[in-house]
Amino acid sequence: MEKKSKLSILLNGIIKENPTFILVLGTCPTIAVTTQAFNGLGMGLCVTLVLMCSNIFISLLKKIIPDTVRIPCYIVVIAAFVTIVQFLLQAFLPDLNKSLGVFIPLIVVNCIILGRAEMFANKNSVIDSAMDGIGMGLGCTLALTLVGTIREIIGNGTWMGITLTANMITPFSLLILAPGGFFVFGLMIAVMNKLTKGGVKRKSFDCEGCPTASACQNKEGGCN
Amino acid sequence: MNKRNLIVSSAPHVVSPVNTSRIMLDVLIALVPAVAMATYVFGMRALLLTAVCAAACVAFEYAVEKILKRDVTISDLSAAVTGVILSLNLPANLPFWMAIVGAFIAIVLVKQLFGGMGQNFANPAITARVALFVGFATAMTNFPLPVAQQTADAITGATPLGLFAKGMVEELPSNAQMFFGTIGGSMGETSALALLIGGAYLLFKKVIEPTIPACFIGTVAVMAILTGNDPIFHVCAGGVMLGSIFMATDYVTSPITTKGKVIFGIGCGLLTMVIRLFASYPEGVSFAILIMNILTPHIDNLTIPALNGVPKEKKAKKGGDK
Repeated sequence: MEKKSKLSILLNGIIKENPTFILVLGTCPTIAVTTQAFNGLGMGLCVTLVLMCSNIFISLLKKIIPDTVRIPCYIVVIAAFVTIVQFLLQAFLPDLNKSLGVFIPLIVVNCIILGRAEMFANKNSVIDSAMDGIGMGLGCTLALTLVGTIREIIGNGTWMGITLTANMITPFSLLILAPGGFFVFGLMIAVMNKLTKGGVKRKSFDCEGCPTASACQNKEGGCN
Repeated sequence: MNKRNLIVSSAPHVVSPVNTSRIMLDVLIALVPAVAMATYVFGMRALLLTAVCAAACVAFEYAVEKILKRDVTISDLSAAVTGVILSLNLPANLPFWMAIVGAFIAIVLVKQLFGGMGQNFANPAITARVALFVGFATAMTNFPLPVAQQTADAITGATPLGLFAKGMVEELPSNAQMFFGTIGGSMGETSALALLIGGAYLLFKKVIEPTIPACFIGTVAVMAILTGNDPIFHVCAGGVMLGSIFMATDYVTSPITTKGKVIFGIGCGLLTMVIRLFASYPEGVSFAILIMNILTPHIDNLTIPALNGVPKEKKAKKGGDK
């Protein structure tokens, strides 16, 4: 992998390889918690914190973790940070903790975090991994906040809890229900594809960046 | 009438006068009685809503095709048909802007984003109705009473199915009222007679086959009898007539083979009655058709007719295993 500047690693996750809209990772919380912009923002920041910390730790431990059992090791590291985040939320933001509910513990299995651990942190330096974690996390935060904004304004007539149009026109409440999540998410991916001219280039998904590379290489049905 | 096999002989070919715009014009003609009946029962507001829906659908179709640089196909009338059918699915007093949101969902989201005419996976009008029904729950279930029954205090009222769901059986209108359509409800759902006239015209012009409507309506009637309810009430109430004649028979979203159509019709009828009798919504026709629309590709896969002259390999294999 060619050497990249720290800034380009950071910016990479925000637009060019936006984890939510381009890599399409972690879609479960994208659809489930974005009924309000604030929930999306909160979820995104939690993911950012966990992602940054787990990337740093996994990058530090990459020489020690045996390759055959690396996924359980990643999960233990990630779970530790998720537990810390949940305790922090319970202590300081109990309302947000309540509205995000089960999706906070589910960050453990969020594909963005496991995916970045596998694709980036276990083969890059600690500082690069931290930058990648922050960039990817911010990209995810922006995406969730954007989806939450669209859904909350149209579906509920409010934004961040502030009443905007709810008194003037009847909100189209379909958008804060589950189908609305799929509608907005699908349309956002379409818009991002249009803006980035067909999304990320296929090249960056070669075996080097593929999470299942070691399992599928030189095997029947594998890429190589 | 051998429709199963498409035989392309050598030239010269006879050019059939039947094309998309001819079929859609026939559907529009068949919808006239239903729109006329809705206008008679609910007043001019109903006709105006139909016009708004049709105009909005055509405008959205034109705009999207221009933006996406596709061929503009508004002259095939399919968008206008979608608009009229959508309006018949709405209560006559629905605000116009909500109807336009419905037209947007039907034409832009369901039809054009999936590739336009013939590519949509579900019926645009039914999807728009379901989206509006879930999104604007209050406005979409605020059904006006027929103009003749309105009083100073009561402009809206419960539909027959609403009364049925609440168990107020003694207040239900008579079966004659249900049949002629002088009852509350969505614009096109009320008059079974007007819809049957339109359906008969479509059958006469061979635009639709009777398989799906017959299976749909028949299943609803049988289910009603089996569960001890009045079959005539359940067939005339709600959207069964409108759905089975005009929406379940959509070419794009219903199975191709006769066997598939039978499965499709029975599935619609079963789901409708299950939702009416056991679910929390009083009416299930639109959900039933939408679910069966999604299952249509699988029904088609399961009912591919056997090819002539090809030995039945599967059966031979099964015999060999034994």
